[in-house]
Amino acid sequence: MSAISLRALSRRRRRHVVDMKVSPYAYVAPFFLLFCAFGLFPLIYTAWVSLHEWTLLSDVHTFVGLGNFGTLLGDAYFWNATFNTLSIGVISTVPQLLLAIWLAHLLNRPLRMQTFFRISLLLPNVTSVVAVVVIFSQLFGRDFGLINWVLGWFGVGTIDWAAGTGTSHVAISVMIMWRWTGYNALIFLAAMQAVPRELYEAATIDGASNFTQLRRITVPMIRPTIVFVVIVSTIGAMQILAEPLLFGGSSVTGGPDRQFQTLSLFVYEHGFTKFDFGYASAASWIMFLFVVLAAGVNYLLTRRMKGGL
Amino acid sequence: MRLRYLTLIAVAFFSAFPLYYSVVVASRHNSALAEVPPPLLPGGNFFANVARVFDTVPFALALINSVLVAGAISVAVMFLSTLAGFAFAKLRFRGRNAMLLITVGTMMVPAQLGIIPLYMLMVKVEWTGTMYALIVPALVNAFGVFFMTQFLERALPNELLEAGRVDGATTWGLFWHVVLPVARPAMAVLGMLTFMSAWNDYFWPLVVLTPDNPTVQVALSTLASGYVNDYVLGLAGTAIGTLPLVLVFAVFGKQIIGGIMQGAVKG
Repeated sequence: MSAISLRALSRRRRRHVVDMKVSPYAYVAPFFLLFCAFGLFPLIYTAWVSLHEWTLLSDVHTFVGLGNFGTLLGDAYFWNATFNTLSIGVISTVPQLLLAIWLAHLLNRPLRMQTFFRISLLLPNVTSVVAVVVIFSQLFGRDFGLINWVLGWFGVGTIDWAAGTGTSHVAISVMIMWRWTGYNALIFLAAMQAVPRELYEAATIDGASNFTQLRRITVPMIRPTIVFVVIVSTIGAMQILAEPLLFGGSSVTGGPDRQFQTLSLFVYEHGFTKFDFGYASAASWIMFLFVVLAAGVNYLLTRRMKGGL
Repeated sequence: MRLRYLTLIAVAFFSAFPLYYSVVVASRHNSALAEVPPPLLPGGNFFANVARVFDTVPFALALINSVLVAGAISVAVMFLSTLAGFAFAKLRFRGRNAMLLITVGTMMVPAQLGIIPLYMLMVKVEWTGTMYALIVPALVNAFGVFFMTQFLERALPNELLEAGRVDGATTWGLFWHVVLPVARPAMAVLGMLTFMSAWNDYFWPLVVLTPDNPTVQVALSTLASGYVNDYVLGLAGTAIGTLPLVLVFAVFGKQIIGGIMQGAVKG
């Protein structure tokens, strides 16, 4: 081989080495750049803004230390929103996940029309949240809503769903459940399909009932997925915004008595109707702590839960 | 056994009924809603109501915007996720496992809480009111990267890559000629999932857009909030803004569900 072609070869090899070393980073870079710019940076910057008196209208941002946090902790509306968030979170998430596990269990055997059932389960999730609230606001209507009409058969009087604290929380929770139960059922189903069939066969021979099998085999075997879904649902529930916003006819207060204003809506009210960025950022930051706390508590609870539901 | 089918049929009914009923209301006149019993079958007013939607909000513009935004995001997510997924699944580099772990971890970050600085950022670069504000932050996401990584790890044989290498292909050449063709089915599923979630996105568009240049969801919320008691109008808008997607889903549902369940398994 001549010297020239040798050099060409080594240049090619060098280019190959550079390619192997550098390209992978270039390929994953878009995600990390985007996440840093539009995910991480805003989250961290929220903490900085929260330490200032900062509005959209003024270019002067006075440093006020923890002043916003102090005001916030004394703000009854903030605690009201915290209560509503927790209440709606529990009412919407607990029955939803139990129902989802049960549905997944029903789907997890040879079944005719399997595809049909799966598609119908996911149909609500394809519906936009705006559409869901518009549709259910009509269904939950006080005078001409279908739900009150049906309840009327059982002698229940006319319910003004949006007016009460409890009733509005139930209505909003129903919307959330309708949209997410099927989705979570499919996630559980995916995990259940990985559970070895023999376990069920053995249990059936031992005479274990269907429900016992669900409790003693399925739930322990898919625990990692349950933990995952519980955490994701918790994080989602802490940030509920669209349902209460639209259920109140786009009123940022979540009803005239703030009976269903959630924390997200509280942030939205201060950030984007009053443009008080400092105060809204402080609320966001406290919300972030709540999210971490709620996710952590639920993580521990779910992990410790033994067999039974 | 029979009970199981009955339960599932009941669940299917409750899943579909609100959508069906929205069409019933959307095809009626407001006065029909006050009847007892309420109407349970579609009426003949649908197109008149839809016309009213177009008169009330800039719905044609909203449809164009939504197609544009959801389309651009889907194409970018499919491409960039496959690229990153290829690197994570098949290339060796320092810090790979840690970076993949971080990627998955970011899915847990409640990004909504950073919405105020994000808005301030958009004001600064003068993207408020434009579709850039929706498209650029969404060009690639952790779910897509993870989804494609999972798929390529499983579906792309190493021999295929080695054969390409022996032929002197660069990693980019491998991506283009070997990875993309293999990844196509998963990319299609990811594209559909991305399109649906971009189409349905509400909070961020509401914050950053204005009612005169909206996406479909923003236009719908204008309808729903400005005309609270005009259920017919709101539901007619909902029907034309939602049903196309629901129909597409009903057709491709099997593949989409397969994708969701695959993405789920490893949690």
